[in-house]
Amino acid sequence: MEPRRTSRMVIDPKVRQVGFVTLGSATSTGGAPPPDRTKSGPAAPSSQAVSDISPSGNSLSPVMIPPPRHASDNLSSSLVLHNSSRAVPVQVPMSPLRRTSMGDDMPLGSYNPSESLLGTSPSPSSKLDDGDFFEEDASTGWIVGGNPGKLASSFPGGGFDSTATKSSNFLPASNLTTATVVKIPPDKSGGPLVEVQTEQVAKPSKEKTSKAERRALQEAQRAAKAAAKAEGNKTATTSGEPTAMNVKPSKAVKASQKKDVTTGTSSVAASEKKGGDRPPEKDRKKDVPPPRMQFDDKQRVEKAKRRAVVKQTEVRNRVQLFRHLPQYEHGTQLPDLESKFFLLDPMHPAIYKVGLQYLSGDISGGNARCIAMLQAFKEAIRDYSTPMEKSLNRDLTAKISSYVSFFIECRPLSISMGNAIRVLKNLIAKLPLTLSESEAKATLCADIDRFINEKIILADKVIVRHAVTKIRNGDVLLIYGSSCVVEMMLLYAHELGKQFRVVVIDSRPKLEGQALLRRLVAKGISCTYTHINAVSYIMHEVTRVFLGAASVLSNGTVYSRVGTACVAMVAHAFHVPVLVCCEAYKFHERVQLDSICFNELGDPDAIAKVHGRNDVNYLDNCTGHENLQLLNLMYDVTPSDYVSMIITDYGMVPTTSVPAIVREYRRECLWIEGPSMAHSIREE
Amino acid sequence: MPDTQTIVNDFVIKLKRRKVEGSQATAKQTAELLRSVISQQRVPHTNQAGALIEAVKAVGEQLIAANPVELAVGNIVRRVLHIIREENVSLATNAIGRLNVSAGSDDEDDDERGDFPVLSAAAVAAASRSTLRPPSLHALLEDMPDLGAAHHTSSSGGDSEGKSKSADKSSRSRKLKHDVIEAVNELIEDIDTCHEQIAEQAVEHIHHNEVILTLGSSRTVMEFLCAAKEKQRSFRVFVAEGGPRYQGHSLAKELVARGLQTTVITDSAVFAMISRVNMVIVGAHAIMANGGVVAPVGLNMVALAAKKHAVPFVVVAGSLKLCPLYPHNPEVLLNDLRSPSELLDFGEFSDCMDFGCAGGAPLLHVVNPAFDYVPPNLVSLFITDTGGHPPSYMYRLIADYYSADDFVVQKRPASGN
Repeated sequence: MEPRRTSRMVIDPKVRQVGFVTLGSATSTGGAPPPDRTKSGPAAPSSQAVSDISPSGNSLSPVMIPPPRHASDNLSSSLVLHNSSRAVPVQVPMSPLRRTSMGDDMPLGSYNPSESLLGTSPSPSSKLDDGDFFEEDASTGWIVGGNPGKLASSFPGGGFDSTATKSSNFLPASNLTTATVVKIPPDKSGGPLVEVQTEQVAKPSKEKTSKAERRALQEAQRAAKAAAKAEGNKTATTSGEPTAMNVKPSKAVKASQKKDVTTGTSSVAASEKKGGDRPPEKDRKKDVPPPRMQFDDKQRVEKAKRRAVVKQTEVRNRVQLFRHLPQYEHGTQLPDLESKFFLLDPMHPAIYKVGLQYLSGDISGGNARCIAMLQAFKEAIRDYSTPMEKSLNRDLTAKISSYVSFFIECRPLSISMGNAIRVLKNLIAKLPLTLSESEAKATLCADIDRFINEKIILADKVIVRHAVTKIRNGDVLLIYGSSCVVEMMLLYAHELGKQFRVVVIDSRPKLEGQALLRRLVAKGISCTYTHINAVSYIMHEVTRVFLGAASVLSNGTVYSRVGTACVAMVAHAFHVPVLVCCEAYKFHERVQLDSICFNELGDPDAIAKVHGRNDVNYLDNCTGHENLQLLNLMYDVTPSDYVSMIITDYGMVPTTSVPAIVREYRRECLWIEGPSMAHSIREE
Repeated sequence: MPDTQTIVNDFVIKLKRRKVEGSQATAKQTAELLRSVISQQRVPHTNQAGALIEAVKAVGEQLIAANPVELAVGNIVRRVLHIIREENVSLATNAIGRLNVSAGSDDEDDDERGDFPVLSAAAVAAASRSTLRPPSLHALLEDMPDLGAAHHTSSSGGDSEGKSKSADKSSRSRKLKHDVIEAVNELIEDIDTCHEQIAEQAVEHIHHNEVILTLGSSRTVMEFLCAAKEKQRSFRVFVAEGGPRYQGHSLAKELVARGLQTTVITDSAVFAMISRVNMVIVGAHAIMANGGVVAPVGLNMVALAAKKHAVPFVVVAGSLKLCPLYPHNPEVLLNDLRSPSELLDFGEFSDCMDFGCAGGAPLLHVVNPAFDYVPPNLVSLFITDTGGHPPSYMYRLIADYYSADDFVVQKRPASGN
């Protein structure tokens, strides 16, 4: 939620008005409209202002779309003084709020199209002059506040934390957001300080400005569009707007601009924040996912091998088409690894255990693997102690990286795991240096727990709630593979007393459907079981297709267990709606058009042997033949036109909305760390 | 007679128990069976053809009823009926020709199907045959006057037959049966060799570096691919295993043994791989008159995927698989549900089955269909032993092989001719 709001602040269409508005705001009188806001202006730092402001935010909340203007108002007003004092108290309540809100309040349609606006933050026009002017203001305010630079810098993090909370409904939350916003400017002013702390190198501001301007232009355009959209929603709240707008635009603009200017210099946290608004270009470049390891690149493969813990032998007959993917023999590593257990010094036992479980296939499924990994990381972090003369941030990150590469050797990472690792590394990187080691570790563990809770467990619950609304009595639901969300959904629907029948489609070599079938039948759900080739036979009677996904890529394609595309295609041909359930943390900004460029290859021997069928043994003694290749593809890519709807924790969205969610979600991830910072601050 | 009856019963039981696998084997056995039926059938002096037809129909009915899904049985029965009719007609026209001393009577005895008689005597026969026969240009243009005569003769066919019979009864009766058996022998030979004829065309369709996908196993497909390989074409083949019978494995083994680059993939990976495939070549269970295909289960999925990626979907099948019926609800009516044990191990799931017993209706159903129906719009090309044809042309081919009177075998229409 909050990220959206903040973004909105940035978004404000009022940018154009800025010119004259700023004057008013500058005067700090703010003149006419709602007194609160005017007060909130630079002059009155008092907490009242905040409270006043917040209501407006609240009014918006039911729709879940906070009006950008107000937010910005808040920002501007808040900008002034409130930095430290107010923010802290408010923040504390936050965490509980979030919990509750997450579970219960999540509105079904929570996903806001307007979210996409977020990116628009920096207001373009009034850059330098205003900026300078503003800076003075801010600095003065800042001084008045009397907060040490550090505090201020840390605050923004706290604000983020609040943003991380999903429900905007709560007043406190809204307050928080405003508060956080306020802090930002001081943060910037304090930028140098922050900088020192984080040891980041400041960049020359001049460059920034130019970039900022360009960006600002884009954003302005986008903002205009967004505003047009948002307008409708806002109308209710608009009463106070004019003044707010006036006041805010100038300030907001300045603030944003300042951000831009200072970003280079500001601490990591600040930059992150900015990420929320709009990543600086360099950051944005970083956002492009790095090219994956291509296994037909001999040099790199050699290098990787030298580093590898797990000894991998190449499959004899590699499939030509998939030379770019690792094709190793399965089953040989396990004993090898086991024998090395005591030799692996740097590996934490928990990590080791999970790695072995991946290797042997005991843990499978995107969520399960991700949770297992995070838990292992948590344990590793708990037992971690910073070596002498190293900083926790860096050393721990390196450690995690080594763990991750171990996991990769056991089994290529799923996209969900990749996302989780990215978040974790972010969290570590943003740990305030002032934290003691134990505090930092505690914070990290809490953050990991929160990630698991919010992004996976609660998200699943939300998805189930959404999906159940799509089941009618008498439906025949077709499911493929075994997705835990889909299973939860079916069980929940059954508990609700809905009358439906399930068609379980299964495919070799994993036959995951059988276990699922057993569980469903045990619960008393009527099931039909068949194999994937018969899908067009059975599709006549099906009314809905529910699929899970390993990931949803930002061009709307669904990356999922191999065979999903076949099922979706047949359903499409029979005009049966296809609903894909996927948690938003699995979304990824990569794009992919076919299933070959990126995939995972399973054990080829699983193809040759048909489990439980002794009569099928044609390939028994010719698996070594040079002409024969066995291809065990693990995933495939379902084109977006086969997917009617994606059910995610942001609501039910069409595939075309995926890029928007990916964008917003990434931001949110960055912000999620906010709470930890807040805690840290408190502790300080 | 009792002898035939026992053979027929044996075969019926085999069919019922699905002991005969594959349309080719079924077709061959059916043809052999019918041949023995014909040879043992005692032929009356009048209307011998009618008697033979009746006999074959009676047996055919039993066979078809034994396994209505195995369309090859019906096809062969119709083919044999068609042979009898044609032989009869050609004999009759010969006789007429002799009687009328019309222009050079060409012996068309062994032309049991196919080639169009160009001579007037043959045109007469054509006119008296099924109306589906393609009209020959000669008949249309040059022999216009003759056509009238043909009608006349055909209408008076009975008389002329009677006359001719009276002329040389004994020799003719023997001759008809003899000719029919000869023709059936040829049919059996055709069934045996249709693979080769199809395979001969492989070089025209498979080029260097092609990637070909197939699903399950079909002897026709295998011969087709191997023929191309023998012609020094190097290409690679993706074989989807074709569950639940996994015959793709045996096909892969064959192909590997013959030196083809073969990759075995799971059925579920078909969609993922098809974007790299140049051509899909599959076998069929039966080809319907509308150009639709009754094929091993899973092929509809493959065909859809091929359509999506604009990959040619080629069906190779001998003409014995050509069925003159139009499909109605083929997914259900032309399908076989096989044993669930191919999918689920009863031992493992016995406890699940128990849950069902409590509520009356079992909670768990297992569906294991044997065939898929691929509609004609998904098929790019048929390659049969008579060359390549688009799906829309199938109804015309059918006219070559079957007489319209036999389309419905079960009902015993008033005997043709």
